[in-house]
This record gives sequence, C-alpha cells and structure tokens, in this order.
Amino acid sequence: MSRLKIQNLTAGYGDFQALFGIDLELNAKETVAIIGSNGAGKSTFMRSIAGLLKNAPDAVQFKGENIGDLPANKVVEKGIALVPEGRRLFPSLSVEENLLMGAYSKRKGPWNLNRIYELFPILKEKRNNPGTALSGGQQQMVAIGRALMSNPELLLCDEISLGLAPTTVKDIYKAFPAIQEDGTTVLVVEQDINQAMAVSDRIYCFQEGRVSLEGKPGEVSKDDIKAAYFGM
Amino acid sequence: MDWVNTIVQGVLLGGLYAMFATGLSLMFGIMRLVNIAHGDFIVLASYLALVVVTSLGLSPLISLVIVVPLMFVIGYVLQRYLLNKTLGDDILPPLLVTFGMSIILQNVLLEVFSADSQKLSAGALDIASITVSDQLSVGVMPLIVFISGVAIVGGLQFLFYKTELGRAFRATSDDQDTARLMGVNNSHIFALAMAIAMAVVAIAGVFLAMRTNFDPTVGPARLLYGFEAVIIGGLGSLWGTLAGGIILGVAQAVGAQIDPGWQIMTGHIVFLVILIFRPRGLFPRSVD
Amino acid sequence: MNTQMKTEQFSVVRNTTTSRGAAVVTAMILIALISVPFWAGRADLRMIIEFAYYLSLAQMWNLLAGYAGLVSIGQQAFVGLGGYMLFVLAIYFNVPPIMAVFLSGLIVALFAIPTALTVFRLRGAYFAIGTWVVAEVYRLGFAQVTTLGGGSGQSLPASIVREIGSGRSEREMIIYFTALFIAVASIGLVYWLLRSKHGLSLTAIRDSEAASDSLGVDIFKTKLAVYVISAGITGVVGALIFLQKLRISPDAAFNLQDWTAAVIFIVVIGGIGTIEGPIIGTLIYFILRGVLADYGSVYMIVLGVVAVVMMLKAPQGVWGFLSKKYDLHLFPVHRRLKAKDELE
Repeated sequence: MSRLKIQNLTAGYGDFQALFGIDLELNAKETVAIIGSNGAGKSTFMRSIAGLLKNAPDAVQFKGENIGDLPANKVVEKGIALVPEGRRLFPSLSVEENLLMGAYSKRKGPWNLNRIYELFPILKEKRNNPGTALSGGQQQMVAIGRALMSNPELLLCDEISLGLAPTTVKDIYKAFPAIQEDGTTVLVVEQDINQAMAVSDRIYCFQEGRVSLEGKPGEVSKDDIKAAYFGM
Repeated sequence: MDWVNTIVQGVLLGGLYAMFATGLSLMFGIMRLVNIAHGDFIVLASYLALVVVTSLGLSPLISLVIVVPLMFVIGYVLQRYLLNKTLGDDILPPLLVTFGMSIILQNVLLEVFSADSQKLSAGALDIASITVSDQLSVGVMPLIVFISGVAIVGGLQFLFYKTELGRAFRATSDDQDTARLMGVNNSHIFALAMAIAMAVVAIAGVFLAMRTNFDPTVGPARLLYGFEAVIIGGLGSLWGTLAGGIILGVAQAVGAQIDPGWQIMTGHIVFLVILIFRPRGLFPRSVD
Repeated sequence: MNTQMKTEQFSVVRNTTTSRGAAVVTAMILIALISVPFWAGRADLRMIIEFAYYLSLAQMWNLLAGYAGLVSIGQQAFVGLGGYMLFVLAIYFNVPPIMAVFLSGLIVALFAIPTALTVFRLRGAYFAIGTWVVAEVYRLGFAQVTTLGGGSGQSLPASIVREIGSGRSEREMIIYFTALFIAVASIGLVYWLLRSKHGLSLTAIRDSEAASDSLGVDIFKTKLAVYVISAGITGVVGALIFLQKLRISPDAAFNLQDWTAAVIFIVVIGGIGTIEGPIIGTLIYFILRGVLADYGSVYMIVLGVVAVVMMLKAPQGVWGFLSKKYDLHLFPVHRRLKAKDELE
C-alpha cells in the first residue's frame, strides 16, 4: 500500500489557481523528487499536503486515511512534517528553542535533541544563538532538524538548497541517508535537477500546475526532462 | 521628605498601572490585538468582585479565587469564538469590535449597577501602614498591589521564556503559519493568551476596586493608563512595561502634589513628551 | 464578451443611471429641507439640526477611517475644541456667533496640526488610542481654565445669544440653515475630494501603503491634509452644536460616547468607505434612538451590538450590502469601465 496518495489535487490562492488535478503516489521508504520551473506549483503542492491550504478530504490520502481537509496542526500529528521554503525559523527563538518547537506535537519516535545534534554537530555549538543569526546553511539544518523533531513518517522538503553554496548543499544532503535509514519517506522539491536525480528513487516534473513527467532517474532522458521542464 | 513620599506613592501606584498594562502588552505581543475594551473588562472584574463580596460575604482578597478563574474563562471564550474571527491584515475589525464591546460593557454595567460609585473594603488592611520614618509611611494595601504587579510581570516573564507554552506563544507571534506546521492550534493559543490576559485583568480589577472608588465609566481611563505604560516602556518588553507603569505612576503623583487637578493631566503629558522624543519607548525590544 | 475587444470600445465613466436619478432626488430633498423651517414645528427643526450635525461628523470620521485608513477614537477632541473656540471668540473677541462658528473650525484645524504630528507617531490601533489620549488632554486642560467655567462649564451670555437673531424662531431658523449648509458642504467636500486626484491617492493609501508609497504618493502629506481638514470641519460642527445648546462644559464637549462612539456606530452600520453609508447610518441611528427613547442607555447597547454584529457578519455595512446587491451608486466616485455600446 502506498504511503501517500495524491488524487486529483487542485489548489490555489483566491481566484488564482496554481494546481490542476495532480496525481502522485509515494511508497514507504521511498525518496521522490519534484522538479519544475518557478511558478510550476511545487510549493503550493507541498503546502497543500502539509495542510496550509485546504483540499477535498480524499485529495490527500496518508496511509489510507483521507487527510486533505485537515489543518496543518493536525497533519503534523498524523506524521507529516514540512521543511518550508525559505526555512522560516522563528526569529525570536534560539536554535534549541526552534528545534524544541518541532516537538510540539509530541509524536513518539527516534528523533530527539541529541540525535539532531549528532546529525548536525554545529547546531549544538550554536544552540543558544537566535536561529536567524546563523548562516543560511546552518539555518537550513535547523529547519530540517525542527521538522525531524516531530518524528515524521513523511518528510517534505521544499527547496532546501535554494540560495546556498554548492558545498553547503552537499553537506545538507549528506544527512539524508541517516533520515532514510529510519524508514522515513522523503519528498523533496528541488530546482537543481542533478541534485534531484542523485537523491531520489523517482522524480516527477511539474509544469504549469500539472505533472508533465514521471520516471526513475536512470530511465528518463535529458530531452524528456527538458521537454517536461520547459514545455519545449 | 515630602517629595520622597510622593515618589514612593507614585511607584506603588505604578505597580497597579503595570498590571493594567501587562494584559494589553500580552495581547498585542502575541496576536497583534489591541483590545479597546481592556479598561472596561478591568471594571467588569471590579463589579464581579463586588457581587462575590456582597453575596458570599467574602473578603475582597479571597474573591480573587472566584473572579480570576471566571475572567480566565470569559477571556478564552471571547477570543476563541469572537475575536479570532476579527484577526487578519485589516486592523478595522478588531479595533471596531472591541470598541463596540467597550461601549456595550459600560452601558450594561450602568444599567445593572447604576452610576453610583462603589468601593471594596478590605477592612483593617485599608488603613494599615508601615512607618518607615517620621515623614514616610507606606500603606500596606498599595504595597500588596505593587508587589503583586511585580510578581505578575515576573511570572509572565517566566511563562514566556521558560515554559513550553511560552515558547509556543512566541513562535506563534513570530510566524503563524510555521507555528501551525509545528502542530500549534493558533485559535487555541490565542484564546489561552487572552485568558491569561483576562486573569491579570481580574487581579487588576479587584485591586482597583480596593484602592479607589469605581463606577461604570472609569474603564476607558484605565485603558489609557495601561496603554501609556506600554508605550513608555517600549513595545514587547514586559519589564519595560513595569518601568512604564512606574514612570506614569510617579508622574501622576508628582502632578497631584503640585495641584490635585493636574494628576491625570501630568501623566498624559509625560506620555506625549516621551512619544514625541522617544517614539519607540524607553526600553524597546531590540528585535522588532 | 469573452472575445478580445479593442480598447477604444471601452471608456471610463463614473455616472450611472441611478446616480443621475439620485442627483434629481437629492435636489428635491434639498428643496424640501429648505422649506422645512417655514412650516415644521420646533421639535422637528431641532431633530433635523441634530441629524445634520451627526451626518457631518459621520462623513468626517468616514473620510478619516474609511478613506485614509486613520481610525480615530478621539474626534471628540475637535468637537469640544470647536465648541470652546466659539465661546472664546464670541465672548472675548466679540466675533458675531455665526462667523465664530466657521472661524472656530479654522482654529481647530490649526490645533490639529501639532496633534497630528504627535499621534502620527503611532500606527494602527495605537494611533486610535493615541487620539483618545489627546482628547483627554484637551478635556482636562479646559477643566483647568477657570475663565471658561472650569470643570462645571459656562453658558453663552444672553447678549451674545441675541446676536444670533432677535427672536427665538429667528435664531432657530439661522441655526437650521447653518446646520443644513454644513451637512451639505461636508458631503460635497468628501465627494469633491474623492473625485479629484487626491481621491485616487487616498484609496491607494488605504488599500496598500507600501504600494502607493512606491508609486510616489506622498502618504504623510496626504494623511496630514485629510486629518487637518476633517478636524476643521469637525470643529465647525462642534461650534454649531454648542451654539445650539448654549451651554458648554468639558465633559459635554469632549464626550466620547456622544461625539465619537455614536458616530463610529453610524458609519459602521451604514457602510464604511462610502458616502452613502453615513447617510443611511445616521437615519438608522435616529430611528433606533427614537424607538428606544424610553429606555435610557439601552439604545447605546443596542447600537453597539448591531455595530459589532455588522462588523463581524457584514463589514461593508447596510449600504455596501444594498449597493452590491442592486448595483447602486448614488455618488459616482468610482471609476467604472464600460463598453462603448453600453453607453447611451
């Protein structure tokens, strides 16, 4: 049985429609990447799954349960955590307090402060600094750590490499095996196609609010991706 | 020595004003809500205490045991089922709804309790005082009020910075959407914040009723004192709010010493002067 | 209409059929109002005078809050100041009363400038409370001025009352026409402001301060101008109110419930951000007050509850609801795009 099943998901803001009937499936322990150009609807898609945008109940099914109409604070209790685009650390909270906020839902699981500090040792050093005083890469580590603190079964990462130096991006993706090891399913949105290919079992490409391509990294050709990405 | 006495009385009065102010500060800090009816809720608490004291024959201080939880519940329900609906980008709805509530409360209190002036008597406590020196004696009641004010600020400071709930308050205040992603139910958090603010309002109302005469129309002035203390202290700083309350209390006491008719006026003028020269208050929070 | 149309097939219009019809009706109502003093009783006259000044106050508050985004709960400052200036000018400077009414407005506008420079340091809801503090300062200040009667106030001396007009009915007629003039003028002023280019900058500021700033609208100047103008007119109304009442005291002059709360409820119920809203709101206010006249302060409770419910359930007010439902626009201030073939 699939872990996450998205069925005819439509979403938008007010009169503006961003997604037109997305279908997508994610199996347990799988890592899937979504690629696509700016404005393709990737972030809207992630926000919809996380419950920040309301949907039809059966548009999002998680472990066989309809959760499309649940608010974000209930979705995280079900075991889905979002690392939001732009990191969105709480500016008046310290690094450690940011991480502790991640555990607000009190879900049981393998993750705790110590394990996050093992994964990203630099955070332990800076734990009493305000989250926003850190470098971009370190802030991204806090955002990922904060999401892990809720012990998610599905981790959604929205553009975690955006605006970071390539070496920093590598450092962050180095943490992925440890995350996947516990059986966490991961869905990433990534603009860097090579990075997406490297990290994922399957990729989806979005274009103008629709899925334009689906496949395994080794099986789709560069031309396929070009066509799906730019609509050429 | 006369002036020392005046300033001490002013400082003690400031403790009460800080109590008026912390509720406002709390609501603005967490949900960006300015409750125009704040002063009228203080007076409502005074009247609730009056009803408790006269119907059950309790002492005013004991009435806190009933009035505080009652106001806590009123605050929770009010925020959860009414005021949350007004929050958003537009400032008009919360402003006008709470303004409407202010006028409604004043007139309802007037209909129910009449315009007669009331006061709660704490018996011997009313006149008890501690003699510090020949010219300086400190009333026990004002001292209790002041210590309570400091304790409330200290308690809220602890709640805010040392507890999980406080962390959730600050996170929600920073970024509502991201707080929801952490599992925070914003409506509930806001309602809790209002409930706590109202519990403070309840204490302030009971002490107000024990310190001075009150009638249904004295609420707005209390809102203004609280508001002035918040602005003088600087938005977002609880200890600043306490300092703001004390500055306002001293200003009023000094004004009254010069001419009794100038008590309130002097407080307003000090506020306006600080607003003109230090618009961000005396102790602004560094992160805005 | 889905096909693309050339731009010359559209034009910007503001008048609509209803607005032209409304102009005719407005003219008829005005003529009727002018004839009132010649046949109506004193009570009716007084009520229309009161209606006129509430309508003017409501238009001015609406100009501030509904168009410039300046939510003031301290307008009683300017009502009271206007009233006191009338007394000062008439008693100590021998200015003829009616002239003093208008001169008071000018002085109040001058007072409004330093007031604005102080309260403009506060934003949003804090601005609202700041205006209230200022009103309290004026109230407490006038209570200290013993030559003006201090806290208990004073009456307008009989000699000055006679200056308005020799007989009582003559006086009432003069006050009536002044009130009517002020009401019509304040509606006219708002209408003119909104149709001028200032109207566009005002609406731009209300809708998005940041955007209008980047488009080169001078927000501070525009807001200051609106604040001062509305304070001036509010002052004129205040002077007129106390010319009619013949007696002034700080508590009556700087009264929050009478001069600001009632006015806010009128605008909220009628429809904020429209010229028609305050008119409808004033009508509703007088009807409610009349119906509940025997129940003391109950009418204020009812008014408050209606306003709160309106704000929650229908924030656009009675007029906003009606105009949306029936596409009515009595005062054509909106620029509407219309296809050429729809034009007559």
